[in-house]
Amino acid sequence: MEQSTETGNPPRRWDTRGREKARRLAAVAPWVLDKVLDPERIVDALERLVAPGDRLVLEGDNQKQADFLSRALAQVDPRRVHDLHLLISSISRREHLTLFERGIARRVDFAYAGPQSLRVAQLLEDNQLEIGAIHTYIELYARMFVDLIPNIALVCAEQADRQGNLYTGANTEDTPTIVEAAAFRQGIVIAQVNQLSDQLPRVDIPGSWVDLVVVADRPFAVEPLFTRDPRVINDLQVLMGMMVIRGIYQRHGVTSLNHGIGFDTAAIELLLPTYGQSLGLKGRICRNWTLNPHPTLIPAIESGWVESVHCFGSEVGMEDYIRARPDVFFTGHDGSMRSNRVLCQLAGQYGVDLFVGSTLQMDPDANSSTVTLGRLAGFGGAPNMGHDPRGRRHSSPAWLSLNTSKAEIVRGHKLVVQLAETFQKGGEPVIVDSLDAVPVGQAAGMPIAPVMIYGDDVSHVVTEEGIAYLYLAEGPEERRAALAAVAGATPVGLRADPRRTAALRRRGIVAYPEDIGVQRGEARRSLLAARSIEDLVAWSGGLYQPPARFRTW
Amino acid sequence: METFQYEYPAQVPGRAQVHVGVVGSGDLEVLLEPLPGALAQVRIRTSVDGYGQVWQNVLDRFFTRYHGAVRIEINDFGATPGMVLLRLEQAVEEEQS
Repeated sequence: MEQSTETGNPPRRWDTRGREKARRLAAVAPWVLDKVLDPERIVDALERLVAPGDRLVLEGDNQKQADFLSRALAQVDPRRVHDLHLLISSISRREHLTLFERGIARRVDFAYAGPQSLRVAQLLEDNQLEIGAIHTYIELYARMFVDLIPNIALVCAEQADRQGNLYTGANTEDTPTIVEAAAFRQGIVIAQVNQLSDQLPRVDIPGSWVDLVVVADRPFAVEPLFTRDPRVINDLQVLMGMMVIRGIYQRHGVTSLNHGIGFDTAAIELLLPTYGQSLGLKGRICRNWTLNPHPTLIPAIESGWVESVHCFGSEVGMEDYIRARPDVFFTGHDGSMRSNRVLCQLAGQYGVDLFVGSTLQMDPDANSSTVTLGRLAGFGGAPNMGHDPRGRRHSSPAWLSLNTSKAEIVRGHKLVVQLAETFQKGGEPVIVDSLDAVPVGQAAGMPIAPVMIYGDDVSHVVTEEGIAYLYLAEGPEERRAALAAVAGATPVGLRADPRRTAALRRRGIVAYPEDIGVQRGEARRSLLAARSIEDLVAWSGGLYQPPARFRTW
Repeated sequence: METFQYEYPAQVPGRAQVHVGVVGSGDLEVLLEPLPGALAQVRIRTSVDGYGQVWQNVLDRFFTRYHGAVRIEINDFGATPGMVLLRLEQAVEEEQS
């Protein structure tokens, strides 16, 4: 029964979103056959499908990009489509910001802006762009189901059939989540695909969730973001890797973990089959991973260290190798990998015992940030993996080993490890009295400073000087002393009192390499299982096919 | 290109002649040899200007732990302080082995 209010207003309609969607789709019907939109009409179609003020998700993370759709959106007439609220994991392409310069978009909620971080800061200053918030990936997706529900989703896939079923290939990544958020609340889902096919290798997203598919002018862009050339790893990174393996992985028995991107963590991966093997640690550490398919993990996989790897996304060149190792990677019945950024982030949050990553700046309380003056780079996924999830309820030896309380009811703690060489190249100290993130956040009008990893989540800090076991420190003052003891010749490190440091070493709160049996003289590149991309190709039996930019032969 | 010289008091004789590292980008070479007397002399040639204070800080810290009477010659090509200390420690490990 319909009810009317006492003021005589007409009865409320409960299907306005669905009716609006039907109205917009009808406006482009002349250019659509089955669910396939004429690519020549993409700009016209977007002008009819997208309305001013819409909340629009553009698929673009740190790897794959719906770039045909983003280039088309940047060409719409700003008199027809303007003031959009853009939701995007990673602001990484020129045209993402052209949307703001032309007034097509006004506000943005995002997670990462690495390559465009300078322009973001500039547009913000020029008042052409408003930032809602900078998120971690999983946070941004979460809000797509709560207070940032999209009207429009622009996504990409490798193949589609005429009913709109999508095959994403190995880079499934964010697509199912974005599509779900839009499709089930009467948003419009448009997928660009590399090709139409009658027979998909597998269905990653059902056609009933997708409104339109359009064949792109060229395959969607994807970046080999997780490839680290072992040639660039230096002896210092080898030393830090040895300390991590000996002083953290072995000591705590870490079997499940996530590695951040960087040469420090690539060094650890390449030391497992050599240094790790010499310590007899195979099978005892580093078995289950949440990790993109890093090529530098190949030697550890081939040496039998790795039981499983679940991936956020894929990595260019690793497709055939992954296909040939289905016992290790998650693969579909067609043989290609199935990645899923949300589920892997969730696994990295609750399922693994350790996160280790590098930072560009750390303050005396171990707060760390990759934000530097003039850049608004955002976070990506690191803060999600790099924190202690207080909702965790299952125990493991590594997690419980961080408990220092003797109370009847206790909890463990995730191992959150930050790696930092005390100085960057060029002589800038990494351990500083105050993070650049503080003035950057203030200048951007942010309510909180953009901190990547909060110090109170960090359990261990590793520098080339040694390891600070912060979780063992009693009180904040002792934590600061422990961190200063490994801060080297930075201003923070120079304030460390040598007698205090000696006492912290005796109590095991600080360890220098010699305290944990690590020989500095052994810290040489020759200890790496692979010292070049060619070595990685050889380890893979020719299955890894590195992109051209990594080939030197 | 800058050159620095530093001196530190020594308590034990130097033991051997040692060479570690290479003059490659981001790296440095350290030549260490025994020196008669009770002094350590350090001579640094670096391709990067303006870091005299950082060099001094790194060496001050190093010589709180090492007390050999040696001449150390450092040829630096933009190494970080961490790399400098690693090469010095490696030179000492080798000298004493």
